[in-house]
Amino acid sequence: MSTATTPVPRSIEELAVATERPALRIDVWLAVATLGLIGCSLYVLHGATKNDIPGRPDFYVQRQGLYAGIGLLLAIVLAKIDYSRLRELKFVVFGLLIGSNLLVLAIAGATRGSKRWINLPFFQYQPSEVGKVLLVVALAAFVTDRSRRLHERQTTARVMLLALLPALLVIAQPDLGTGMVFVVVAFAMLYFAGTSWKHLTALAALFVVSVTLVLAAAPAIGVHVLKPYQVQRLTGFLKPSKDPRNQTYQINQSEIAIGSGGKSGRGVAHATQTKLNFLPEHHTDFVFSVVGETYGFMGAAVVLSLYALLIWRALRILTMAKNLYGTLIAGGILAMMMFQVFVNVGMTIGIMPITGVPLPLMSFGGSSMLVTLMAIGLLQSIHIQARIANAGKGRIPLSQG
Amino acid sequence: MIQGPDDRRAPITPQLAVRVALMGGFALVMFAIIFFRLWFLQVLSGHDFLAKAQQNRVRSIVVQAPRGEILDRNGKQMVKNRATNVVQVDPAELPTNQVVRARMFRRLAFVIGRSRSLHRCVVGEPTHPREVLMVTSLQCEVEQAYFRLPYASVTVKTDASSAVVGYIAERASKFQGVTAPQINLRQYPYKDIAAQVLGYVGEISPTELTWHHFKGVSPATVVGQNGLEYQYDRYLRGKNGAQRISVDALGNANGPALATRNPIPGENLRLSVDQNVEAEGMKALKTGISLAHGNGNPADAGAFVAMDPSSGEIYAMGSYPSFDPDVFAKPISTAHYNQLFGKQANYPQLNRAIQSAYPTGSTFKPITATAALEAGKWAPGETYTDTGTFTDTGGGVRQNAGKASYGTINIVDALRVSSDVFFYNLGRNLNDPRPAGGALQTWARRYGIGRRTGVDLPGETTGTLPSPTWRANRNTIEHTCERKTHKSACGIADGRPWSEGDNENLAVGQGDVGVSPLQLATAYSALANGGRVVTPHIGLQIEDAVGKVVQRFDKPPSRHIALSPAVRAQVMQGLYGAANSPGGTSEQVWKGFPSQYKVFGKTGTAQLGLGRPDQSWYACYVQAGSRSIVVAVTIEKGGFGAEAAAPAARLIVSKWLGVKGKVQAGHSKTL
Repeated sequence: MSTATTPVPRSIEELAVATERPALRIDVWLAVATLGLIGCSLYVLHGATKNDIPGRPDFYVQRQGLYAGIGLLLAIVLAKIDYSRLRELKFVVFGLLIGSNLLVLAIAGATRGSKRWINLPFFQYQPSEVGKVLLVVALAAFVTDRSRRLHERQTTARVMLLALLPALLVIAQPDLGTGMVFVVVAFAMLYFAGTSWKHLTALAALFVVSVTLVLAAAPAIGVHVLKPYQVQRLTGFLKPSKDPRNQTYQINQSEIAIGSGGKSGRGVAHATQTKLNFLPEHHTDFVFSVVGETYGFMGAAVVLSLYALLIWRALRILTMAKNLYGTLIAGGILAMMMFQVFVNVGMTIGIMPITGVPLPLMSFGGSSMLVTLMAIGLLQSIHIQARIANAGKGRIPLSQG
Repeated sequence: MIQGPDDRRAPITPQLAVRVALMGGFALVMFAIIFFRLWFLQVLSGHDFLAKAQQNRVRSIVVQAPRGEILDRNGKQMVKNRATNVVQVDPAELPTNQVVRARMFRRLAFVIGRSRSLHRCVVGEPTHPREVLMVTSLQCEVEQAYFRLPYASVTVKTDASSAVVGYIAERASKFQGVTAPQINLRQYPYKDIAAQVLGYVGEISPTELTWHHFKGVSPATVVGQNGLEYQYDRYLRGKNGAQRISVDALGNANGPALATRNPIPGENLRLSVDQNVEAEGMKALKTGISLAHGNGNPADAGAFVAMDPSSGEIYAMGSYPSFDPDVFAKPISTAHYNQLFGKQANYPQLNRAIQSAYPTGSTFKPITATAALEAGKWAPGETYTDTGTFTDTGGGVRQNAGKASYGTINIVDALRVSSDVFFYNLGRNLNDPRPAGGALQTWARRYGIGRRTGVDLPGETTGTLPSPTWRANRNTIEHTCERKTHKSACGIADGRPWSEGDNENLAVGQGDVGVSPLQLATAYSALANGGRVVTPHIGLQIEDAVGKVVQRFDKPPSRHIALSPAVRAQVMQGLYGAANSPGGTSEQVWKGFPSQYKVFGKTGTAQLGLGRPDQSWYACYVQAGSRSIVVAVTIEKGGFGAEAAAPAARLIVSKWLGVKGKVQAGHSKTL
């Protein structure tokens, strides 16, 4: 690494090879997983939201299709540009992240409501969702800048603080789930950048202590950091059948929905939990429960396999990246995806708390769909750039793939 | 492309490889956990969850069976049903959050056209308020009703319009705990007439659910709570139907019913009661009471029984004061309940014809006469000189009412003029210190005094027949009470042993004896029919909706007493004289009554002592072939028997026989 202190101009041959073959350099399996999940999302929403808006059976499907289309276009654009250029824009990106979330808080303060989104003429823009990608791009740049001082405690602390600042803004909106995504992304970046285990362990310990403080110790002395409903949602899954009418009602209904699906599902017509609205938020946060009820274990297995494929490809792209910046972006995106998938699915089957984290690509929602596809576009960009770089070096023949 | 020095690195370091592998392993573990959990939920417990999902969406709705009607002997509907839409609140289903609950009630008040303003509302007993709320009057009523009957739903509106029903049904989530079903409301078209006899209905209570009488009744069923509604509930109730409907998460019905079990309507009950006589009886009681008021007596309650002496069929039975059973159709506050049914209102729910036992005064004398003649303690035609004063063995001095003296009289005369002195003498002659007493107790018991008549109504009193044993028992209870409470006297008994005076009191129907109007009517029936103590009854048969007899109740058994015709003739002669001959105590009352009917009657005036006003009694038997009738009337604080109870009895008999009623009070001032 340190030997290459001066830029090495590429040979004519290398450049020729790179430009000669503009053929498919994207990760095909990642594309398959992405399109497969979008397909599943549209298919499931079509069955589940038929009766949600009287007279407009395809309202959600059409919207979701539109978001997916726009998202795919964005992904293609991002895949085509070299992600490395984004590193120069880190301050702009980070400023955008903080600014947009402050704006939401300001608007919410003015209207005395708790809103997580900004109403645009055609779209409800949710800065906290979009913030995930912005944070990944900006934070990866900051970590890369300090890649030689990773052993310093200050680096670890600064990186975590850079993530905590927007995380707190998001938690205040209030969107606890997304705030936690920010923290996880930062932690994952340090992990992949090579921060020492000592620092990582210390961070984990700090996390455990602060959770204990927020959930147990602070309320005991009368300081309520979280709103009561948030605490109940976070701890409710530990004792789900205590009061079926309260917050744990959602977990109960979700488990009933998934369980009643059995091996092969009840079919759209007989999925009463979804159809009769026993399952709350069945098109957004609890869409996996709909899959479980309507299409059974087999349907759930298909969806989970696609996520496994997605995660595997993200891991692979992470190792392929031509530079640390790419590795860190891929690592951040990987962490974001894994966290959302495991927390969301875990919530629907009653082994994780309710945090309001959407299931990437499956849950209905424009911001989430666009952000996830943008992230996948970035992964593809990393993949393409790695291929170009390697082809230039002649390590991996381009025909392989 | 130009890259900065920091950014250039070897494609993968060993450290990164390890960390990537760890991350991959973590992902694998997470997927494994998720798959195991899914396997457990969907494959291993799938059936349980499927059952839960079904349970979730299917609600069973009870379809109330219409109760059977209650008809009088001529087929007049005394109790009927009216199908109506009501708005009901199930307090157990209401929102627990007080703010949400209050808001819901304000919404409901607006919908059903009630005031939305807030008032102070005390829930619980007025003396010990459990909760004081600032709520709408509507919510106040519901909370108070729930406090009184914590299991029952409260009807807040009857005859709800279809607009109201639809509005509430379509917004089930906004009206948590509120339903608007169509139910069959019980209707009592004659209001307070025979209210205690007919009884009323209400949702079954948890205690009642355990009773044998309500075996097989499911919770929330409307059952008879009192009177005939209670007694014949098993026939009247019918069988509720059920409807299984699919509901969504908000409880709104979704699609047509999945399955329906039609309700089986209750059967009709035909009574022996004649509604016209019943209504006349209530009117007669009021007439008797106003006659008493005219004489300066503070009469405030009364009861009557009219029955067939040969079969025991009750033609009419009533108790005053009465109430309108419709008040139970709407929520009623504790205070209002106490006002309507408490001491202030003189306990209108009490059926004084069967549930109250009083001393009967001289109406008891035929029983004493029977005992004396049958026991050979007195002979027909044997005379006694009534000087107006009686001195008993112990030296106690008693007098006739008004210090009258009737001279030398036999037992028939004594009954006619109601000579107390004569009967004091019989009481002394009949006294027997043995535990069960003597012939007087034996014959009184045979006539049915001190034992239940067996009428088909709940809550009948046994009454009291004083005897040496009875007095000893009372003294024991008094002693126990005094020891327990450390009081000098509990007021149950005065502790003195049975004496001759007790028997003299009993002989004239005063003192400790307690007889209900129905018991007295049954005793007079036995006298009238020549010695059969009938079991009085009201229910005749069970009919279906078109009047076909489903079940006819067997005539309940009657008990024979060895009343010899000669003795009966003496007593009947005395009773005839009392109602017809000059000097008879109720002769003036029956003046002008058609002579084809033979009237046998006896007045009575119960002295309650302690300065309390006397109680007016009359019992009579009117011989009219197949329409013969026995009537017993009592008016509390009504004064002399001839003044209040006897004129009322004449009105009742007149109605039954189709004779023009005439109010004619007697002037006899005998006890």
